[in-house]
Amino acid sequence: MPPGFSSSDFYYLMPELVITAGALLVLALDVLLPRAWERVLSWVTVAVILGAGLALVPSAGQNLTIARDLVAIDGFATFFKVLFLVAAALTVLMSPRYLTLENVHPGEYYFLVLCATLGMMFMAGGVDLITLFIGLETMAVSFYVLTGIIRPNKRSNEAAIKYFVLGAFSLGLLLYGMSILYGLTGSTHLRVIATSLVAGDGGLLLPFAVMLLVAGIGFKIAAVPFHMWAPDVYEGAPTPITAFLSVGSKAASFAMLLRIFVAGLPAFRADGLGTAWGQPFGWGAFFYVLAVVTMTVGNLAALTQGNIKRLLAYSSIAHAGYILIGIVAGSTRGVSAALVYLMIYAFMQLGAFAVVVMLRRKDIIGDELKDLTGLYATHPGAAIAMLVFMLSLGGIPPTAGFMGKFWVFGAAIDAGYVWLAVIGVLNSAVSLYYYIRIVVFMWISEEEEKSAAFGISPAVATVLAVTLAMTVLLGIYPRLLFDFAQASAASLGSVPSLGLR
Amino acid sequence: MTPITPYHYLVLSAALFMLGVIGVMTRRNIIIIFMSIELMLNAVNINLAAFSQQLHNAVGQVFAIFVVAVAAAEAAIGLGIILAFYRNKETLNIDEMNILRW
Amino acid sequence: MLTSYVPIFIFIVIAAAFAAFTIVFARLVSAQKPNAIKLEPYECGIEAAGDARDRYSIRYYLIAMLFVIFDVETVFMFPWAVSLGKLAVFGLIEMLLFLFILVVGYFYAWRKGALEWQL
Repeated sequence: MPPGFSSSDFYYLMPELVITAGALLVLALDVLLPRAWERVLSWVTVAVILGAGLALVPSAGQNLTIARDLVAIDGFATFFKVLFLVAAALTVLMSPRYLTLENVHPGEYYFLVLCATLGMMFMAGGVDLITLFIGLETMAVSFYVLTGIIRPNKRSNEAAIKYFVLGAFSLGLLLYGMSILYGLTGSTHLRVIATSLVAGDGGLLLPFAVMLLVAGIGFKIAAVPFHMWAPDVYEGAPTPITAFLSVGSKAASFAMLLRIFVAGLPAFRADGLGTAWGQPFGWGAFFYVLAVVTMTVGNLAALTQGNIKRLLAYSSIAHAGYILIGIVAGSTRGVSAALVYLMIYAFMQLGAFAVVVMLRRKDIIGDELKDLTGLYATHPGAAIAMLVFMLSLGGIPPTAGFMGKFWVFGAAIDAGYVWLAVIGVLNSAVSLYYYIRIVVFMWISEEEEKSAAFGISPAVATVLAVTLAMTVLLGIYPRLLFDFAQASAASLGSVPSLGLR
Repeated sequence: MTPITPYHYLVLSAALFMLGVIGVMTRRNIIIIFMSIELMLNAVNINLAAFSQQLHNAVGQVFAIFVVAVAAAEAAIGLGIILAFYRNKETLNIDEMNILRW
Repeated sequence: MLTSYVPIFIFIVIAAAFAAFTIVFARLVSAQKPNAIKLEPYECGIEAAGDARDRYSIRYYLIAMLFVIFDVETVFMFPWAVSLGKLAVFGLIEMLLFLFILVVGYFYAWRKGALEWQL
């Protein structure tokens, strides 16, 4: 083997390799199996994801880089890979019945879900700008197609076009920033960039590059003012994909953000990019502003929505703002708070979307708030689950969402950003209004007629059970997650060198 | 007149990039917007190639190759999505994409 | 200084001069006796039918997209071919894997009927 590679590279890359092979298998099975066997594909996909999860076991506790320093196998990557695999598995489980109703061919669908997962895994593991970029595009391109996969549906078409145009545009911004970073340091490796860049390098080029990177990633995490695509895309995409998009894509983009800024530009967090009003500032200042605007605009816009998917889109924008607070706070504490929040957010958001998926019946799209009326009367189990998810999203104590917010705001206060925490708390209070509004709709008993009963498929029931259990469990006993996140966050800045470059 | 330095390339790529950004923001035809995005990506490639030449470092060229390949994949996907949209709606004007809005 | 532009300048002059020379020279030496058949775009070939500004069949785009994707992947083979000496068998296997993935995609497109002109 050429220098820089070894067989252990493949050992640690196993999860990615399993996903790749599984994706090809799904594609081949799709054209080889007779149509009646289509149902098998979802189980094959779940099996592939479980296999990748098993292959992830050797990575636990490792802290090394492989494949000529392109990919890191550290706690940070492992944390996110667990999150992605869980999100992907739950997404696949809530899909089959929905796909049948929408008349979507499952072969491409599951293939693309696996491809998107693969891309996310490289976004979390990449420590080189090229790896991160390839991961990002693998994920984004898969999502463009998944969003528009209901071809006869105009809403789906339109969402796909909007997502594609704004996604490609943000990619242009991001790449331009990356190319300047490369020009200033002569390397695309984050560690080299971190050690060789000093304040004042390249004059105005460095602040310009950082601004482009912030804008490019801002689009991907749907932070205000780069959020315009999110509500439209979330509403138009197939509901399971909306769930995956709001959880997986968001977490992966945050992973990339943390890699690039915390691991790649650690010296420029508080200062080094210039001065404004006599105060030196760094990228922390950008995210401070983004966090405040994102939380506030997201929550205020959500107040007036009548479509559940759109409402959850604005709510997910607001949640990106809370997560940004952790990043502004910096340090291991802040980063670990962001990680904790992302994991908790994944479960409650997927659970809420699973309920929306359930509402899709023959002839009823089921994504308007009024489609929820009388849910408690007909399906008390689902209604109670939804109640827990809403309370958790709103941050009410015994649930996991409270723990997430507590940890994030605590990190902000620790780091001296008291005002940021105050704004966050005020925003949580505002958000309660629209979460409770959803609950109220479910409890209104209504004049019969349209609350026609619908069956819950066992797969969707499983998703609801898992997300509900995790939302409650992480609220009561969060210690395990906190420790995991803290160990992961600590590994972010300390990737060892192979000494190749 | 001065010799051609990396700065000239930077100015060229910045101009191309701005053309692309302005195109995305002002044009109404989805295909033209898409072409403007390709301009932005090619501005990135000029940057990468110029830096690579200046630094005597091949990484930039490798990066540029990946950008080219990804841009091609995106072009294919984008055209596919645009075709699917056109079949349903018979228009390429983004002002008429108005089903989804608040 | 200016000297670094000299090659570019020479290049532009030669390119322009060559084009001008070819056109003018052809005009000067050729005998011109036009008739209807000679003025057709393709004098000796398939007879032109329809308008040049006709809309293309939508299937053309499908084939074109597939072509672009598979065509651009060759860009990865050039650097690979240059350094194959150093990469040895490892590099060969890696490239075979890369091609295998492409073949799976090709197989899928084929079986889905994307390559059929009549649908």
